[in-house]
Amino acid sequence: MIHDLEAGTAVAVISEDVFPVSLPSSEPRRSSAAVVYAGDYLNKLSGESVERECRQKIAEGARELIVDFSRTEIVNSIGVSILLGVIDAAKSNGATVMFADVNEGTAELFEMLGVTNHVRLIHN
Amino acid sequence: MAKPLYTSAEPQRAMTQNGSKIVHAFGALADLGAEVANRSNFQDTIRTSLHLLLGSLGIMRGGVARYSRFEGELSLAAVRGLGDEFPLAFALTREDERAFLQCGTAALEVLDARDLTLLSLNGWILEAKDIELIVPLVVHDELLGMLFIGEKASGDRYSPHDKDIICAMGRHIGVAISQRNLLTELERKADETLKLYDEMRATYSDTVKAFAAAIDSKDKYTEGHSTRVGKYTEIIARELGWVEDEIEGASVAGYLHDVGKLTVERKIINAPYKIDAKESKELNRHPSVGYEILMPIHHPYADVPLAAKYHHERLDGRGYPDGLYDREIPYIAKIVNLADSFDAMTTDRPYKRRRPAHEVVEDLQKNSGLQFAPEITSALLRGILRETTGELKDKRFRRLLGREYMEAENLTPMLRHALDNIGSTQSITLSV
Repeated sequence: MIHDLEAGTAVAVISEDVFPVSLPSSEPRRSSAAVVYAGDYLNKLSGESVERECRQKIAEGARELIVDFSRTEIVNSIGVSILLGVIDAAKSNGATVMFADVNEGTAELFEMLGVTNHVRLIHN
Repeated sequence: MAKPLYTSAEPQRAMTQNGSKIVHAFGALADLGAEVANRSNFQDTIRTSLHLLLGSLGIMRGGVARYSRFEGELSLAAVRGLGDEFPLAFALTREDERAFLQCGTAALEVLDARDLTLLSLNGWILEAKDIELIVPLVVHDELLGMLFIGEKASGDRYSPHDKDIICAMGRHIGVAISQRNLLTELERKADETLKLYDEMRATYSDTVKAFAAAIDSKDKYTEGHSTRVGKYTEIIARELGWVEDEIEGASVAGYLHDVGKLTVERKIINAPYKIDAKESKELNRHPSVGYEILMPIHHPYADVPLAAKYHHERLDGRGYPDGLYDREIPYIAKIVNLADSFDAMTTDRPYKRRRPAHEVVEDLQKNSGLQFAPEITSALLRGILRETTGELKDKRFRRLLGREYMEAENLTPMLRHALDNIGSTQSITLSV
């Protein structure tokens, strides 16, 4: 049995869609950017749900993914691997990824491992 | 003057970053060690291990494969970022296996290992997926699997230091696979042993029943006696609350209790008259002979020979061969004694017809505490009662005694009365 790390057990991931302000009200509400909260559970196997949530957002039409780290204290190796999966999924679908509100320690880790070559770190 | 390679702050920054990398990688290694040691779910362990490995060095994609020597195949157990087109399994030649065993758990550059059949056949897909390293997982000179390692997120080539980290983590993953293989092998062997044990038990049970049939064939009037005693013994043991293994042992003791009769002359066993003293002496040897026959056999139940030897002993000491009293008599022999007597009372014999149900109940009640142990007599009567009242759906006594016998008039109240009386009976031991 093969275990694709892009799949995994379902865990509720808080997310919200961001709609362009200029979007006419008569247009179908199709999101171009989406926010996914990394939360505290990124550092274990259940964190795979973040990647699944991102894939879903991309499939729904999101072209910009914002992963919000405001509630994330530490990211470990499992978390890094999951986030690289998010980046990979976005790249292969022509979407871009931004990491928001990453704390200093995590930002250094991302830089050290080359994650920042693929994402932009932003602050709300 | 030549320009320095670093500004004064750069070496310090590089050193700090190297230190941080080592700390991060060691953290992942420690987590992996704990994962391998603690997790019971192999699939989760492999998934977590791959995440830890990829996350430790910022690796974009990779996979863990298990090797089956029997199938000559590497099959993917976990992947990340390799896509649907990546093969689920790779055939591995014996030459490749030997080559991997020779290099042990080492990180091999895909570009440098083109000689291997694995790469000559699959190099294109590995290149397409940016797989840069393959790492054989070798534990105790056995190839257990393979790591497929993609490019680093930083775009840098893998340094010797990176490869050391990957190999260290690979060894942990190899141990996890090895443990899983051992466990699977143990489970297979345990299943095999259990199957063999069940077969041996069935063979033993069949042999016991065959012996019982051989014993009974000597006596045309008591055909099926040993089988019935085996069944009554089983019922009594069950009513006494014994566990399944003990019940099975008791049943075997019942089936074989008369094995000593195999050496008694047929004309004595089949005598249609009351046998004389000499013949009686010959017949009464059968418990001791039975013991001699059964003793050298390694029975799963230790008391089987004792049941054969003492099944004619009585609580009051008037039995044979040794005239033992109550507590001197092995418990299993007391059960077999009652089952044996009950069958003698309820079946036709050469010199007398079987006795009606109410007489049998009265007899059992009368002899409780003298010949029979009260709690054992109660167990037998309770078993019959539970059947007559319909509490038990399995009509065991009806099959053994016949419907007419079990539907004898007033049998249920008689059984209740007898059980009440026996309940107040004391064992003979107290008065000896």
